[in-house]
Amino acid sequence: MKLSSWHKIVVYILLIGFSIYFLFPFIWIVLTALKSEAEVHQYPITFFPSEFRFENFVNAWKAQPFGLYFMNSVTITVLTTLGQIISCSLIAYGFARYDFKFKNGLFILLLATMMIPWDVTMIPLYMQFNLFGWINTLKPLIVPAFFGSAYYVFLLRQFLMNVPKDLEHAAKIDGANDFQIYSRIFVPIMKAPLTLIAVLNMLSVWNDYLGPLIFLQDRMKYTLALGLASFKGVHELQILPIMAITIIMIIPPVIAFLYAQKYIVEGISGAIK
Amino acid sequence: MEHAVKPHKRVRRWDKWTPYLFISPWIIGILLFTVGPLIFSLIMSFFDWPVTSSPKFIGLGNYTKMFTEDPQFYKSLLITLKFALFYVPLSLVTSLILAMLISQSVRGVKFFRTIFYLPAVVSGVAVSIIWGWIFNTKYGILNYALFLLGIEGPKWLIDPNSAIITIVIASAWGVGTMMLIFYTNIKSIPPDLYESASIDGAGPIRQFTHVTLPLITPTIFFNLITSTISALQQLTLVLLLTNGGPLKSTYFYGLFVYNNAFKHHKLGYASANAWFMFIIILLLTALIFKSSNAWVFYENEVKKERKKGGKKK
Repeated sequence: MKLSSWHKIVVYILLIGFSIYFLFPFIWIVLTALKSEAEVHQYPITFFPSEFRFENFVNAWKAQPFGLYFMNSVTITVLTTLGQIISCSLIAYGFARYDFKFKNGLFILLLATMMIPWDVTMIPLYMQFNLFGWINTLKPLIVPAFFGSAYYVFLLRQFLMNVPKDLEHAAKIDGANDFQIYSRIFVPIMKAPLTLIAVLNMLSVWNDYLGPLIFLQDRMKYTLALGLASFKGVHELQILPIMAITIIMIIPPVIAFLYAQKYIVEGISGAIK
Repeated sequence: MEHAVKPHKRVRRWDKWTPYLFISPWIIGILLFTVGPLIFSLIMSFFDWPVTSSPKFIGLGNYTKMFTEDPQFYKSLLITLKFALFYVPLSLVTSLILAMLISQSVRGVKFFRTIFYLPAVVSGVAVSIIWGWIFNTKYGILNYALFLLGIEGPKWLIDPNSAIITIVIASAWGVGTMMLIFYTNIKSIPPDLYESASIDGAGPIRQFTHVTLPLITPTIFFNLITSTISALQQLTLVLLLTNGGPLKSTYFYGLFVYNNAFKHHKLGYASANAWFMFIIILLLTALIFKSSNAWVFYENEVKKERKKGGKKK
C-alpha cells in the first residue's frame, strides 16, 4: 500500500516524538556519568560534559566490590539459563508430543500457576529455603530454574505442537528410544524458541531485584542489581558512580536483546496464539 | 489399546510412564516451589505467626484485623487501585499507538521498533535510578527544561500529589513487550482487508476503527489482563523510587505486604494480605473474562460478519 506523504510526515513526527521518551533517558545518564562531580551539581544544567571523564567508570567500579557482584550475577544468569533450557525443553516435549492421562488438566494447572502473585508464595518459600539452609546462598535463585518455568514451557510447547508427527515415527522405526528422539531430533529443531527463552530468562534473572533482596544478606553474595541498589541507598548523593554502574549493568541485557531481537519479535506473540 | 500384536509387555508398561518422566521436573517443581508454598501460605494466614515465638491459631483473626482494625490496608489498596487506574489505560493506549506506528511501511521503522522496546530489557533498579535522576527536583533535566519554557515543574516524587503519577510515567517506559504483542497481531492482519476498506472509501482512521481494532480485540483482552495483574503487584519501582513516601502516598499494596512480612515479621498477617490480593486478582480476571464475550471478537466471528455485510450489498 502506498502511503500519502502527509501520512508519512505524521508517522515520522510521532515516531520521533516517542523516541524522546524512550531514548532520551539513556542518553541523559550517559552524559551525566561522564561529567565531573562539580558539573553534575551545577545550575543551570549543562547538557554536554565540558570534558568526557571516562575514568568515572573505573572509579565507580572500585567504590564497591562491583566486580564480585557482577560475577555473582553472571553465575546465577548462566546456571538458571542452562537449567531452564534443559528442564523446559523436556517438559514442553512431554506435553506437546505425547498423550497421557490428566494431560489437559495438568496443562491447565501449568497455565494457572502463571497467575499466582509472587507475594503469596514468597513467605513460605523464604521459610522453606531457610529450612534447607539456603538463605544467604545463591541456591534459591538458581535451583528452581532446573524445574522449569510455566511461561517458557508454554512458549516451547506451542512451537512443538506445530511440528509434524511423522518425525517421531520415522525415528522410532530406526530404533531410537524416546530420549534419543528428544535429544537428537527435537532439541536441534527447537533452536529458535530455545534461544528466545534463554534470552528472556537472562533478562529477567539479570534484572531481578526482589529475589536477591530477600534471599541474600551477605554483601559478598550480592548481585549487581542488589549491589547497585544498596550502594545508592547508602550513598544517595554520589551521582557519578551510581550512573556509571547503572550503565555497566544495562549493557549486557541490551547486547543480548540486540543479538536476539529477531527471536523476541517473532516469538513473543506465541503467548497468545 | 486392543492391538492384535502385543510386543514385549515390559517395554509397554514403561512406555506408559515416558511422558510423565519428561514432565517430572515440572511436577516436582510445582509441588516444591508453587503448590506447596501456596497451601502453606493459606494455612499461615489463619495463624499469628511471629518469627521469634511459636505460631498460634487465630482463625479468621488476621482477616478481621485487616478489614476492621488496619486503616493502612484500605489506604494501600486504594493507592494501588489508583495506580492501576492510571497505568493500565495509559500503557494499553500507548503500546497500541506505538504498535500502529511501527507497523507503518516507512523507512527506518525497525530502528524505532528497537528504540521503543529497549527500556523493557532494563532492570527495575536501573529504571528507578534513571527516572529518579530525571525527576530530581534540584538537578533534574525535566524541571530545568520546563523552567526554560517558563513553567514551574511539580516536585514529582517529593510531592504526595504527584508521586503516583511520577511512578506511572516511569513504569510506562517498559511498555515494549505489550507493544510487540500488539505489533505481531497487527502485522498478521491480511492486507486485502485494508485494500477493500480503502476501495470503500475508508481513510486511515476509519480503517483503524473498522478493520484493525475489531481484529485485535483478543490481544487487547490479553494485554488488559496481564497489565492489570502486573499493576496490582507493582513493588520493585516503589521500593526503589519512594519506599512508600512521601507521607505514605505511594505505600502500595505490594509494599504493605512486603513490609508486614519482612520488616514487621508478621508472617501470618502478611499471608492473609497476600491471599486477599490473590483473590482480588482472580475476581478481576474472571470479570474481564466474562466481559470479553461482549467486546472480544474472534476471527471466525469476524469472517461471518463480513459475509453478512457482503450480502447486504
